[in-house]
Amino acid sequence: MNIIVCIKRVADTSEAEIVIQRGGQGLEEEDFAWGINEWDNFAVEAAVQLKEQHGGVVTAMTLGGEDDEEVLRRALAMGCDEAVHLCDEAFAGADAWGIAKALAAAVRGRSYDLLLCGAVSGDAGGGQVGGFLAGLLDLPLVALATCLEVGSGNGGTGGVARVRHEVESGLERVVEVDLPAVVTVQTGINEPRYVSIRGIRKVAGAEVQVLDGAALGLQAAELGSAGARVRLEELFLPPRGEGAEVLEGSDEEIVQRLVEMLHQRGGL
Amino acid sequence: MRTIMAIVEVVDETALELAHAARSLGEVHLTAAVFGAEDAGCAELARYFDRVVNFPLSPGAVFDAEHAAAALTPWLAAEQPFLILLSHTNNGLDLAPLLAARLDLPMLADCLELGLRDEQLTAVRTLYAGKVHARVVADAKGGALATLRPGAFDGDEAIDRGGRIETAAVPPGPPARRRLLETVAAEAGSVDITQAEILVAVGRGIEEQENLEIVQSLAAALDAEVACTRPIVDKNWLPKSRQVGTSGQSVSPKVYLAIGVSGSFQHLGGVKGKPFLVAINQDAAAPIFAVADVGVVGDLFDLVPLLEEKIRARKG
Repeated sequence: MNIIVCIKRVADTSEAEIVIQRGGQGLEEEDFAWGINEWDNFAVEAAVQLKEQHGGVVTAMTLGGEDDEEVLRRALAMGCDEAVHLCDEAFAGADAWGIAKALAAAVRGRSYDLLLCGAVSGDAGGGQVGGFLAGLLDLPLVALATCLEVGSGNGGTGGVARVRHEVESGLERVVEVDLPAVVTVQTGINEPRYVSIRGIRKVAGAEVQVLDGAALGLQAAELGSAGARVRLEELFLPPRGEGAEVLEGSDEEIVQRLVEMLHQRGGL
Repeated sequence: MRTIMAIVEVVDETALELAHAARSLGEVHLTAAVFGAEDAGCAELARYFDRVVNFPLSPGAVFDAEHAAAALTPWLAAEQPFLILLSHTNNGLDLAPLLAARLDLPMLADCLELGLRDEQLTAVRTLYAGKVHARVVADAKGGALATLRPGAFDGDEAIDRGGRIETAAVPPGPPARRRLLETVAAEAGSVDITQAEILVAVGRGIEEQENLEIVQSLAAALDAEVACTRPIVDKNWLPKSRQVGTSGQSVSPKVYLAIGVSGSFQHLGGVKGKPFLVAINQDAAAPIFAVADVGVVGDLFDLVPLLEEKIRARKG
């Protein structure tokens, strides 16, 4: 059971103040905490668990700048066997399509049964890369997996996976999919293992294969902003609209007013 | 006239939103492609669309993205519409990027607004779970595909378009690589939050499982049920039956108290019927404040116990 898991380093902005750079092309990033995309963390755990049950090799792959190597080290510490870093200055400004094309080029020629991705990313959040990969590699796709089991499978020569995934109205479906396949992983599918600093240190010496655009056989016009099909015009803060009436004052005063409001609105 | 194809999973409000978004782009000829619709469903769509193409499903079959992608790819390649629209739903996430890649089209995902500028398609979409918006553009000369966030667009008004209804002929393809085994409902819990008049919803801001107690205690004081966001269920802190959102329950209470809830569209998609929405959150930029009626920016660990105390005092 060989698995490739595609991961991304993203900024966690939940605690950060958002400041848009002049020109609207980027955000001030000083306050951001960076880490593995939440969905991808579940995907790595799913890959490692399958390997622990069935044997095989798990390869973690990311596309990004030099700093992004940290998510590969983290994946190695979680139990991935190999790491591939698609790293080239020319990748800067890539859209989801460009990322998928580079990943597809790196995946071709490798032997794998499953290609796992997080279902969406915490930054751009389009949920496209997994589906693009399935289309580019002509593989079947299952999006938003909440349970993943495999039967047989020995390096791209067949077998099936049984995948439970989310559809509409709170329903889930269980499908059987021929391998190799692309599965995008939803949060909550497992309990990702804790990664200690010591665990990261242990894999500090592990080799990370670095591939640039030329090594992937991609032309300059396909890379980064040059190859992007969707271009950013401008970032802006969401319009507040009418928004909430924000209560001000001491906690005591605020809570007193809340109680009155809840009373008026039938909440008491 | 430009042709636009809307891929309709089910005949509901989202289909009308696709129609409305398409009509907002100017004079267009609008087709709905639908799967296994009944006659009544097709007739309903024909009031909003100029043409309805029904892809038959075998008896007992349901909409399936793998099947839909196989049926739609050759059909769309032959029809060559200017634009293909889908809803950014779970099924949309399963189908749309696959379709875009197979048809080699640019794709704009999860759009809140859609526009047209010469041969370019423009859209507004969200980044970082709604904390930032982005205006993006794609060259649509050779066609394009966009998915629209459910609820972000108005539904089209009913003027009877008298659309032509056809049944698509789907040539038999290779055997499906993905096969449906069963459909399962989310695990039934002992609680039914869908019937509650007052919900106290808790999100990631609660930080630790032990802290849930203050929320449960507040709910008890209000005779309310506790609801939650997805991350709380992912951590197994509360059962799935309490999760509100597009992957959980749809609720329509009179009062909705959102505590430590950022307000992702996946969560808010489950909050129906415009309740009186109160949000308590540390982060003044949390998207929940854009939709709440009343907001408190502050520390929930101070505010929630105090609120419970005042409510109990008032009730006597």
